[in-house]
Amino acid sequence: MTVQSDPSAFQQKHLLGIEPLHPREITAILDLAEEYVDLNRQTQKHSDALAGLTQINMFFENSTRTQASFELAGKRLGADVMNMAMQASSIKKGETLIDTAMTLNAMHPDLLVVRHPHSGAVDLLAQKVNCAVLNAGDGKHEHPTQALLDALTIRRAKGRLHRLNIAICGDVTHSRVARSNLILLGKMENRIRLVGPPTLVPSQFAEFGAEIYDDMREGLKDVDVVMMLRLQKERMDGGFIPSEREYFHRYGLDADKLALAKPDAIVMHPGPMNRGVEIDGTIADDIKRSVIQEQVEMGVAVRMAAMDLLARNLRQRRTEGEA
Amino acid sequence: MTTASSLFFTNARIINPETDSVTPGAVLIEAGKIAALLSADAPAPTGAEVIDCGGKYLAPGMVDIGVKVCEPGERHKESYRTAGRAAAYGGVTTMVTRPDTTPTIDNPETLEFVQRRAQADAPVNVLPMAALTKGREGREMTEIGFLMDAGAVAFTDCDRVVQSTKVLTRALTYARSCGALVIAHPQEPGLSAGAAATSGKFAALRGLPSVSPMAERMGLDRDIALLEMTGARYHADQITTARALPALERAKANGLDITAGTSIHHLTLNELDVADYRTFFKVKPPLRSEDDRLAVVEAVRSGLIDTISSMHTPQDEESKRLPFEEAAAGAVALETLLPAALRLYHADLLDLPTLFRALALNPARRLGLDAGRMAEGAPADLVLFDADAPFVLDRFKLQSKSKNTPFDTQRMQGRVLATYVSGREVYRREP
Repeated sequence: MTVQSDPSAFQQKHLLGIEPLHPREITAILDLAEEYVDLNRQTQKHSDALAGLTQINMFFENSTRTQASFELAGKRLGADVMNMAMQASSIKKGETLIDTAMTLNAMHPDLLVVRHPHSGAVDLLAQKVNCAVLNAGDGKHEHPTQALLDALTIRRAKGRLHRLNIAICGDVTHSRVARSNLILLGKMENRIRLVGPPTLVPSQFAEFGAEIYDDMREGLKDVDVVMMLRLQKERMDGGFIPSEREYFHRYGLDADKLALAKPDAIVMHPGPMNRGVEIDGTIADDIKRSVIQEQVEMGVAVRMAAMDLLARNLRQRRTEGEA
Repeated sequence: MTTASSLFFTNARIINPETDSVTPGAVLIEAGKIAALLSADAPAPTGAEVIDCGGKYLAPGMVDIGVKVCEPGERHKESYRTAGRAAAYGGVTTMVTRPDTTPTIDNPETLEFVQRRAQADAPVNVLPMAALTKGREGREMTEIGFLMDAGAVAFTDCDRVVQSTKVLTRALTYARSCGALVIAHPQEPGLSAGAAATSGKFAALRGLPSVSPMAERMGLDRDIALLEMTGARYHADQITTARALPALERAKANGLDITAGTSIHHLTLNELDVADYRTFFKVKPPLRSEDDRLAVVEAVRSGLIDTISSMHTPQDEESKRLPFEEAAAGAVALETLLPAALRLYHADLLDLPTLFRALALNPARRLGLDAGRMAEGAPADLVLFDADAPFVLDRFKLQSKSKNTPFDTQRMQGRVLATYVSGREVYRREP
């Protein structure tokens, strides 16, 4: 099933989530990202795809890795990149999200990268601005670039992105990463298992076509991909698990549990990791199994691809608007 | 404005919720009351002003329990003038208003202020409710006796649950001794804290904090147990889930003095209508699944649920233009109550007498009012409407100051043609 890469398949104005994407569009992003992986591995890492465009990163929630990844992606493509740490600024002064959006819009950015603690906030913001908006994580809703970089990592490691058995393990309830991955991997026709304690993997998720396991050993049996999630302590209002040590005992990924997966199964984690809580440090560092570092590398490439494609559509809209 | 002391409505199709009938006929109004129900061919009495209803429906005006008028405190969202006009346009002849204002209506002085404002500005009947506990804080009961003397028709902390069973037990016991009606919001607050949606596939997909529909049944179960203890008169403001219905049915069968309402939004919309975080669809409790909606419609049909309310809750643009979790809950609905309810009629789920039993007769009865009836001696609070007229709703044409309706741009069917309060015309649609 080799499909010719076709960037024009990507028709979106924004990247707000995986849900609105057609599988063709997902493939278009991943294919272009492959090219950027190659570029990023060279000494001369610069392209002019976004030259002249302004990218603003608005993070209403703390982030180091995602923000750095977006910043690097923009700079490598020649955009003018500005970071705004929103939790420290106008929100504290009582400005609403929409006012902030209008203010920024008046500065004529071309790409707006937004992270916000509330589900749906990035959609709301996108309705009020003229530029392309990328969701860098909204509440417990979606984190599309993370799912795309995970997909690229899987595709490179496994040689395909369909008909795989994939276990997503841990704190699904609080995870936008899990939602985006569930949707993306489902669209690409994989079998997905959600593994974790029932307090963190509510049964409603079965309605998305996932199989739910509260026994991790059963859940990992014969899977191709083990995707661990971070225990989101900061999103919990108490009492989802009895203790971290019991959680690690029952749901932490260690060599014993991993032995039940396929021998060539890969281990993924979106980071940052809680070593000894959801994952044993030695597994995370095992270069034969863990693709966690590769995920970070793919992150930059996927974000370059996504911004490149959105910028192409933006330029096209503007040309059509002038014509 | 009509000034004639007697009015003669002819050529009407009369909806009578008491006799469960719709019949062609005529109605004679004298001195603000229904003087006679007459046959279709009855001649007009001399001296009476004749109103030809053109074969349209004439029904008792609606009695809407749970209308929020934002006086005192937030007059920029809704005043007695605008709410009253919205009610007149919507065919609501009696607004039973909520005390969840700023400050709370929890003392006779504030209640008197509200009544003065209502009397001065609202063209329809306004009956105020008062808070059950001071400041709606769930700690101390209000002066129920004084407030009743001042005209409070029921006592409610609105969407706040009195968490302490001890406080609620005492308030219910005391209310019973005064003969007061207590209206509660059945909900287990521990489960529903912070929720913006109902648990299920939709909330999971959208990543919204959600509450299990079970929280409503748990709240109702607790309240029913306290009713058994205290024997108070109780009305549940909104029953919106299938699982709460058997508990309600048992409580009624056991002879407790309990009735229940539901909101027009829970009867006509479901959780999927929220779609892409549309905050005008954020109500409290949150919209439910389609199965729940249909179960609640059936409960209205069977009479298990007694009343339908608009739960009119004005919110300004600022409180709605926020991320879904942060946005304020509630929707304006006085003017859309009838067209929305008629969706159930057009869908063959409820007939017109059943609708008006829940919209007019039952709420009036529960409050001990003479209204809501098509009978001699009843007040001439009437609504004349065309059940079929189609239109597309434009929220900026609503009379309410706030325009937060979930029905904006939607196709509706059914329009109010005229509204009468005590035989006085308070609204007539321009032809």
